[in-house]
Amino acid sequence: MVALTINKTRHDLDVDPDMPLLWAIRDHANLTGTKFGCGAALCGACTVHIDGQPVRSCVTPVSEAAGKQITTIEGLEGKVAGAVQAAWQRLDVVQCGYCQSGQIMSAVGLLSENKKPTDADIDAAMDGNVCRCATYVRIRAAIHAAANDLV
Amino acid sequence: MYSTMHTRNPSKPIASRRGFLKGSAVAALVIGTQLNFAGKARAATLQDPPMPNAFIKIEPDSTVTVMIKHLDMGQGNTTGLATIVADELDADWPQMRIAFAPANAALYNNLFFGPVQGTGGSTAIANSWDQLRRAGAAARAMLVAAAADSWKVPAAEITIAKGVVTHAKSDKQAKFGELVTKAATLAVPTDVKPKDPKDWVYISKHVPRIDSTAKTTGKAVYALDIRRPGMVTAVVAHPPRFGGTVKSFDASAAKAVKGVVDVVQIPQGVAVLATDTWSAMKGREALKVEWDDGNAEKRSSAQMFVDYRKLAEGPGLPAARRGDAASALSGAAKVIEAEFSFPFLAHAPMEPLNGVIEIKADGTAECWAGAQFQTVEQMTVAAVLGLKPEQVTINTVWAGGSFGRRATPNADYFAEMAAIAKASGGKAPVHLVWTREDDIKGGRYRPMVYHRIRAGLDAAGAIVGWEQRIVGQSFIIGSPFEAMIVKDGIDATVVEGAADMPYRVANLAVDWHHVRSPVTTLWWRSVGHTHTAQAAEVMIDMLAHQAGQDPVAFRLALLGEHPRHAGVLRLVAEKGGWGEKLPAGRGRGIAVHESFNTFVAMTADVTVGKDGAIKVDRVVAAVDCGVPVNPDVIRAQVESGVGYGLGAALRNQITLTDGLVDQSNFDSYEPLRISDMPKVEVHIIPSQAAPTGIGEPGVPPLAPAVSNAIFQATGKRLNALPWDFKALKSA
Repeated sequence: MVALTINKTRHDLDVDPDMPLLWAIRDHANLTGTKFGCGAALCGACTVHIDGQPVRSCVTPVSEAAGKQITTIEGLEGKVAGAVQAAWQRLDVVQCGYCQSGQIMSAVGLLSENKKPTDADIDAAMDGNVCRCATYVRIRAAIHAAANDLV
Repeated sequence: MYSTMHTRNPSKPIASRRGFLKGSAVAALVIGTQLNFAGKARAATLQDPPMPNAFIKIEPDSTVTVMIKHLDMGQGNTTGLATIVADELDADWPQMRIAFAPANAALYNNLFFGPVQGTGGSTAIANSWDQLRRAGAAARAMLVAAAADSWKVPAAEITIAKGVVTHAKSDKQAKFGELVTKAATLAVPTDVKPKDPKDWVYISKHVPRIDSTAKTTGKAVYALDIRRPGMVTAVVAHPPRFGGTVKSFDASAAKAVKGVVDVVQIPQGVAVLATDTWSAMKGREALKVEWDDGNAEKRSSAQMFVDYRKLAEGPGLPAARRGDAASALSGAAKVIEAEFSFPFLAHAPMEPLNGVIEIKADGTAECWAGAQFQTVEQMTVAAVLGLKPEQVTINTVWAGGSFGRRATPNADYFAEMAAIAKASGGKAPVHLVWTREDDIKGGRYRPMVYHRIRAGLDAAGAIVGWEQRIVGQSFIIGSPFEAMIVKDGIDATVVEGAADMPYRVANLAVDWHHVRSPVTTLWWRSVGHTHTAQAAEVMIDMLAHQAGQDPVAFRLALLGEHPRHAGVLRLVAEKGGWGEKLPAGRGRGIAVHESFNTFVAMTADVTVGKDGAIKVDRVVAAVDCGVPVNPDVIRAQVESGVGYGLGAALRNQITLTDGLVDQSNFDSYEPLRISDMPKVEVHIIPSQAAPTGIGEPGVPPLAPAVSNAIFQATGKRLNALPWDFKALKSA
């Protein structure tokens, strides 16, 4: 049994401690907004926050996440998250949408630390999040727009 | 995907479409099973009266749900199809909803595919345009008639705006929901006329995407998110070499892994079933399989290329003949020769292939997937399970990309999940999940292709002859699509964009060498145009330079009979700053290409570093796709095509060593990342022509525009994709 706190709710899950957090979230806690893309921290589709920091849940064993605050796309809240999601919607960033939970988790992580990111800051923070639809032009624009809205 | 499914006039389907999937090719769809459409209800045609009930559901709460017969894998057709209906109905955009239609070839066939429901070839809007406009207009007429009857006023005096039905003289108003009970009792009118374009309120204007909220909150449901009671997850060990089969396997260690519930052999390999995905993956790692490679591809891709190049020395099957190319070339003042090579490419959609199948107590089956060829998939599952097609329910859900991968002529992963359900006795619902490694190593690649072109100029710099030889596999020959797409032995998906050369070249010979390999191949976003546009548009650029002419002027002089090519080329030259001086190390290239009846031209600006690395700084595109139903979705699709084409051309290739795939995940097959993405500007030509597609046409011009820009910056031609930057390194 591993006790995980996901979106402020405690989940006692019968999983091995080495199971990646991604699969505990998706298959055992049944929160499916967090996506599987590569299983090797190469694409960022599985990004969640642990104690506010973006991490790749596909390579994070549940044992490392136990006792910490895990936030998934379903549990995002607050001013930064609201601004990011609103900008994403206003600019119609999404296409297939599959990577966008991870993109948004990374963008919220960036804007929580850096109120006015430059293009270079965005490249550095978002380069690990792959979008095969290449919505990157709009991701960049939406991060700038959210930053402006947060001023 | 396959532009040959189009006609020049989308309102008149060609006769051969009617024959789709009929005849002998059908038997090849599923091994040992005869599939045909003979017993099915007649499919809809473009001439049929509208059936608003099949496409439009209006609820008492006034929400309007458009039944979407297509798969939305990101290209935005759900927004587009809802836009067409909303406009004809004069609905208010916030009252619009969408639902994916169930698999039903009689109601929801793609009007360009004949009696088959499916998405591809950038046809979703094009084939639905008249159908949904007439369905929307019919539904609107029924609401008006219901109001006229209720209020006892003339129908001609009733107006609708933003979802409110009004009779001004009597000061009466109603929302749709208040009229649906009565409207539902009326006959569906057949003589409705769609709106005059001047009255459009949504078409060619901006509406928000219908899926933005669901996809930014984690609420959109993809196949990977389907959960059924008692469901188990299956991963499959596939043969490491294409054409290999299972010789024997030892499941004892796999079965000892916690969570593993079963290990079964299927025609596709060996499946490990477990209570969750991670356990299934661990079980597969523990599985021991011995493979039989007797009939497998054991060559390296490098050797295959050598074979291809040798073949191109001689003529192949004639795909196009105009005049006498050989004589023209022998009499030319100057002959330019170039070769273009293209690797195997994986589609790598973000959501790996997966789907859920459940066998019901009565023996029927239900599937959930990002279903792209619903009719083929339904028949395939039925054949594997020994059911009738109507005993297989297919639920289409949002797909996390496809780029062609989910549209397989043999419904590959549906066959696989049905085989697992059958082999495991149908005891529990099965979720088949491919990992990224399965995806990258799993075949169905854009074929490896080689082009060799010889073209001649006369003393005045005019093209006198063009001889092009293309070597590559066909994924159509031997598939159910053969009868429809292959003519005189020529697979149109290989030579599209080459055999129909738009430039005025009096003496043209395009040949195809059909090569075969157990490596499985498939259409990859824009299909044949992925390579023919690069070959044609780089070659024409080379000829312009040899002739000492400006590349835009040179092209325009040869496009007299192709005003839409010329239109986008002129617009992009203007918007992209053609002719401006650029600093050293920078270059601007241009290309134009038609695919899927849509015309796209691009300029690309590149910076080449001393180390040879290139950065594409900016791409400007001009697009003519007929009526731009959703201009912002069109812009998004062109941005997407730029990124998809650029990622592949920058660094993607699938290579084989002794038949084994060298790549496995996003480290060795690295997609475009945000830091690679250029600025993109998209300019849309206003048009009243029937809308064509936009999912694919943004891809083809990108690679040649950048290739031509690299030449402008460095004086060097990189004709092989992906570009080999080492060749650009400053001495």
